[in-house]
Amino acid sequence: MKIAVCVNYVPDTASKININEDNISIDKTGIAFVLNPYDEYAIEEALKIKEHSGGETFVISAGSESNKEAIRKALAMGIDNGILLITRNELDSYSAAYALADEIKNIGADVVLLGKQSVDYDNSIVGQITAEILNYPCITVVTKLELDGEKVIAEREIEGGKEIVETHLPVVITAQKGLNDPRYASLKGIMTAKKKIIDEKPIAAIDNFTETISIIKPAPKQKGRILGSDKSAVKELVNLLHNEAKAF
Amino acid sequence: MANNIIVFLEQRNDIIKKSSFETLCFAEKLNSKLSGVLSAVLIGNEIGNLEEIKKYSSANILFIKDERLKLYSPSAYAQALVKVVEANAGDIILFANTSLGRDLAPKVSTKIKAGCLTDCVAIDYEGNELIATRPVYAGKALLKTKIKTDKKVFTLRPNTFPLSPVENIKETQIEILKIDNLDFSIKVIDLIKSSDKADVSEAEIVVAGGRGLKSAENFVLIEELAQALKGAVGASRAVIDAGWRPHDEQVGQTGKTVSPKLYIACGISGAIQHTAGMATSKCIVAINKDNDAPIFSIADYGISGDLFEILPALTEEINTIKKQ
Repeated sequence: MKIAVCVNYVPDTASKININEDNISIDKTGIAFVLNPYDEYAIEEALKIKEHSGGETFVISAGSESNKEAIRKALAMGIDNGILLITRNELDSYSAAYALADEIKNIGADVVLLGKQSVDYDNSIVGQITAEILNYPCITVVTKLELDGEKVIAEREIEGGKEIVETHLPVVITAQKGLNDPRYASLKGIMTAKKKIIDEKPIAAIDNFTETISIIKPAPKQKGRILGSDKSAVKELVNLLHNEAKAF
Repeated sequence: MANNIIVFLEQRNDIIKKSSFETLCFAEKLNSKLSGVLSAVLIGNEIGNLEEIKKYSSANILFIKDERLKLYSPSAYAQALVKVVEANAGDIILFANTSLGRDLAPKVSTKIKAGCLTDCVAIDYEGNELIATRPVYAGKALLKTKIKTDKKVFTLRPNTFPLSPVENIKETQIEILKIDNLDFSIKVIDLIKSSDKADVSEAEIVVAGGRGLKSAENFVLIEELAQALKGAVGASRAVIDAGWRPHDEQVGQTGKTVSPKLYIACGISGAIQHTAGMATSKCIVAINKDNDAPIFSIADYGISGDLFEILPALTEEINTIKKQ
């Protein structure tokens, strides 16, 4: 069994975002980048599948040199091989998916795992597009995964409940919180990861389907009204909600 | 720009979702500027509220009817939609940004070689182009993007585009379609409901609790207020991680994105991971004993006091008003 995990390297959500003068990019200086949080669930699931069924695991990231940090973290957690699909250009969901799909084909992966979305652009479509290019079935927002021979059964989170989805290998899965508890990298894992050679492959052509027009800060909200500090403010609050905001 | 619009109307348990009607209302307005053909596509077996479509739109209604399509099948739904898009020369395909819409839209878009933008909070028609606005970086910035491919796919954030009934709608036809050789290689085999209550991502009113509630038992205060307002219960990540509430109530970065008419945050400090999931709510109320809690900076109204005293009084006052 070959298991591939696709990871991204994104600004920590706690970082302050400043927009460059070009109005289409953000100022990356001073921003802490991290392995995309949802990708940790994908990595953990890949490790669990290998522990259960055997096989070989791969971590793939498409982007710049700095994405190696995300790959290293996956290697430190226990993934066998790291591949960086390197480019200086900005990738949108489509060009990233096409690059990832090419490499997944190369590997011949039976199971492909991704986080359900990257917390930078939050499009949450790379997994689905990659699956379509590969002609693999794809189950998104998965909170439970069972492999039984060729059969795949997954639970996916939906509004007010969950769907039990059935398909077959090879498959693309996008991971949601709740799928597992990602392990911490051991000291030994971190040391091993440092020594591993990450396979670098340039991305051939970039064909983005979308184009950024501008990136702006949301208009600052008008300062709200503090109505009081105890229950004597409740009457006024309800009155404002009912008559001014017409919120109920 | 080619200009035929196709709106996917999503049914769950045979009822078309409100967020789909919101998407249809947006499509109706866009269509009046583009003057192409507007079609609404339904996939399912029975539809309980078919007549409601006519309140909002004079779209041609295409109903792909098959008892096997009552539950979602990503492969069969995508295949059926692609057939309809091709047969009707669809250029702009719109979905509500629900869990199903977000799963299906990029699958369809890749099959028809179209770009796809999800969770749009605005789509403007400017200089013969469609410019979508999407919150990015946990809501700290808004990205304006256009799709470069001829065909374009968008998903629209629920509770964001208004429902607007249209008068004098011309009589529309419902065309029932059968599609042969549907691909069920991936399908939903069971649907497990977690509760009968409205989901936090679809509710018009959300009452959310945070660490300030101090225990799982105290969430009864949140439940009672939510019940008085006929809203849904939400929770912060700290509460979910502590095991006080189920994960499907989590609002924020690793939970759900909500955009209700009214959001009442109780005992929630308002870390960016939380506000990323609720900052676009129309009216935000914060109840927190910490004057400096960041939640107050995005709230419309606030009470900086003890929620154990304030919440019961608030529930009682709302019940009184509702009785009047």
